[in-house]
Amino acid sequence: MGSAILKDRENQIFIKEQSQGEITCEKSSLAGSVSQRACVFCGSRVVLYPVADALHIVHGPIGCASFTWDIRGSLSSGPELHRLSFSTDLREMDVIQGGEKKLERAISELGELHKPSAVFVYATCIAGIIGDDIAAVCRRTAEKLGVPVLPVHSEGFKGTKKDGYKAACDALAKIVGTGDISGIPEVSINILGEFNLAGEAWMIEDYYRRMGVEVVSVLTGDGRIGKISRAHGASLNVVQCSGSLTYLAEHMKEKYGIPYIRVSYFGIEDQSRALYDVADFFSFNPGLRTKAEEIVREEISVIMPRIQYYREKLAGKKAAVYVGGAFKAFSLIKALRLIDMSVVIAGSQTGNKNDYKQLEELCDPGTVILDDSNPLELSRFVLEKKADLFIGGVKERPIAYKLGIGFCDHNHERKIALAGYEGMINFYKEVYSSVMSPVWKFAPRNNRRKSHE
Amino acid sequence: MLLRHTPKEIKDRKALTINPAKTCQPIGAMYAALGIHGCLPHSHGSQGCCSYHRSTLTRHYKEPVMAGTSSFTEGASVFGGQSNLLQSFSNLFAIYDPDIVAVHTTCLSETIGDDVSQITQKAIDEGKIPAGKHVIYASTPSYVGSHVTGFSNMCASIAKYFPEKQDYELDQVNILPGWVEPSDMREIKRLMSEMHVPFVMFPDTSGVLDAPQTGFHQFYPKGGASVPDLKRSGASSFTFALGKFSSEAAGEELRKKCDVPYEVMEVPIGINATDRFLMKVSEVTGCPVPESINDERGRVVDIITDMQQYLHGKKVALFGDPDILIPLTEFLLAMDMKPVHIVSGTPGKYFMERMKEIMGDDFETGNVKNGPRADMFLLHQWIRNEPVDLIIGNTYGKYIARDENIPFVRMGFPILDRIGHSYFPVVGYAGAMRILDKMLGAIMDQMDREAPEEKFELVM
Repeated sequence: MGSAILKDRENQIFIKEQSQGEITCEKSSLAGSVSQRACVFCGSRVVLYPVADALHIVHGPIGCASFTWDIRGSLSSGPELHRLSFSTDLREMDVIQGGEKKLERAISELGELHKPSAVFVYATCIAGIIGDDIAAVCRRTAEKLGVPVLPVHSEGFKGTKKDGYKAACDALAKIVGTGDISGIPEVSINILGEFNLAGEAWMIEDYYRRMGVEVVSVLTGDGRIGKISRAHGASLNVVQCSGSLTYLAEHMKEKYGIPYIRVSYFGIEDQSRALYDVADFFSFNPGLRTKAEEIVREEISVIMPRIQYYREKLAGKKAAVYVGGAFKAFSLIKALRLIDMSVVIAGSQTGNKNDYKQLEELCDPGTVILDDSNPLELSRFVLEKKADLFIGGVKERPIAYKLGIGFCDHNHERKIALAGYEGMINFYKEVYSSVMSPVWKFAPRNNRRKSHE
Repeated sequence: MLLRHTPKEIKDRKALTINPAKTCQPIGAMYAALGIHGCLPHSHGSQGCCSYHRSTLTRHYKEPVMAGTSSFTEGASVFGGQSNLLQSFSNLFAIYDPDIVAVHTTCLSETIGDDVSQITQKAIDEGKIPAGKHVIYASTPSYVGSHVTGFSNMCASIAKYFPEKQDYELDQVNILPGWVEPSDMREIKRLMSEMHVPFVMFPDTSGVLDAPQTGFHQFYPKGGASVPDLKRSGASSFTFALGKFSSEAAGEELRKKCDVPYEVMEVPIGINATDRFLMKVSEVTGCPVPESINDERGRVVDIITDMQQYLHGKKVALFGDPDILIPLTEFLLAMDMKPVHIVSGTPGKYFMERMKEIMGDDFETGNVKNGPRADMFLLHQWIRNEPVDLIIGNTYGKYIARDENIPFVRMGFPILDRIGHSYFPVVGYAGAMRILDKMLGAIMDQMDREAPEEKFELVM
């Protein structure tokens, strides 16, 4: 299979201090690529999914609903409606005659079965192609049900996952601003772009509460329509993740004058900054900064000795990082550096020019930077760069294992919290257990030194 | 209670599916194509479809799953996907070097009217398909049938394309195993070897989706039916099409193209279906069923005899694909168990007809449904109205099992949370033993867990 790089993809691969010019990105995947990317619908679905007291109905053939049925471990402290799968299951006759009537009926049937706080109606490829007026159906049924019924314009072919984030934000924007905001104190924030995988949002909320900051809503982790409707009462939006909720933050800045800051909760450095930046925003209350410093000191003193342990074991190991958004890659690189691991491959599915520029600055010379990569490229560079660890998502895991190297899921399928201070230890522990697993003794890597010698 | 939102009272639904007991065609086509050696499946549609199918198969098998996508954009959906598919062919062959590209369509490419056969012909005319390479395609719109239909359609395409008609007959038979696991295909092959029956089996995902850890990522693992074998299948003396829903279409294509007679049989799950299959193989090939296999059968009967008191009268709810449910129901009845609730999202009248035959009076008293709105929500409602002692089905059954505290045996597609299905068969007598082991294990573990102290028993 030759050099394993498609000519048209050459510019989407960049090697620091070897390549000329800049990386090409933000383009559609080449037809015929074994791309690791998903679609618009996927983007919308992952963003809205954690809203636990809403009904999520997928208007299309069954696959779109069945493949997204409870695949993301976003925890809820109350209702579990989001973990069910609702679909109009469009059939051939519906495609010919239009699916509006079926959708309207399905929403009514749902309203009778469950008493949701809102309904999200996702448009899929087929709903878009047959021209169903989903917005009109939503308007009609909202009146009948007496709750918001919101169209999510997530036709799969209308762009990338990022466009799906935007469609989800458009739907959320219709809920924000509808609730009563009396009684919300000035020192208050919304946490945006945190999905409560493995309970991470709860950890982060707790840090802010301990500082004395009120969290009005989390979007969308452990989400509730009622809380989201009051989000415009907060003084600041704290946005994690490069892509997903930035659109909503922009919208709220414009409409309600609420400023936003970008943060990451991954890694000691970034987590601490996320607390300090919020404290500094409310600088009229210097107590917040003191509190934040206290929390950081306290948390770090607990985890530092344990980090030292992992550093001793893992120093010098090499990692490949391939994630959805580039922002996550920054945090991962810093976190790996803290235990003296280096990153030899860094890539994302959906990074933009700025992201890759930052990534280049952050990386060591010789690091391979990839946009919208595929399994062949990834395998090739993992071998070439002698990586010991791969950090990625569901489709990368078995490839890493087959190559005989460790893996850490930093995507939907993580089962343990990786955010915050406690998450740091979890992360190192997971990296350690996989990289140093005795199983590799039985499966020596292709042309590789043995990791245990 | 995860499913606390399920009301006991059953109301008729006309439009809404809740917690489906099926998925869409393309993933079945992808799975079937992976059973051909050196074959790269290709999804002609939006990127998300391909990504979802690969992710789901990866979660089910814990294996890398490779497939290309035409990466539809808004432009393609307006002007048609021809240029995407042509470009895909060029790129796929240039970079991934497959022997075969197996294209399946999606709801999107079907609805905008892409003619894959015409586009493929164009690709051949323009020299985009390298010499000696193959392109096969199946029409698999997501709004028709189910994942099983997609599997069947791709099998039919394989049967239409590769087999070559000969004026001589080879001393071999064809086996279309239906949608079963790599472990099952391996077991069927073992049975055939044990009987000294020469055969060609396709698709064959053993050695593909249960690949060993070697320190290499083999883009095309060594398993899968080979092209020469597929070609030779046209000269076989007979075709066993296992599973009406997944294999009949391919059997019929082979007959039409190459005059190979075929018989649709049930997937050999349980004693009766395995008996029928092996007897028929023996009858057609003249190869006797050896003593070793008779002994296996005897061991199954022995287990059932030993454990009958734990099996008798146990009520079972089962769900999944029709080709599996039909022989499984027969097996449960043969063990004196009572299948009372049965659901399959896959449409098709034959399912109800055959269930009626197998179940007799139990059909009228039980709940059996397939097709639209035959979903897990309904199954749960049935169970809440008439509780059962055991649930058998894919991973999605775990919600009901947990909420209602019912022993649960995983069987079917997908299984996202256990590993055994890839390695241990459910077909043949060996498979029957495994089903027994799993059922009894689940039922008796619960007895152990919940028995009051004075009734907690060492010997069972």
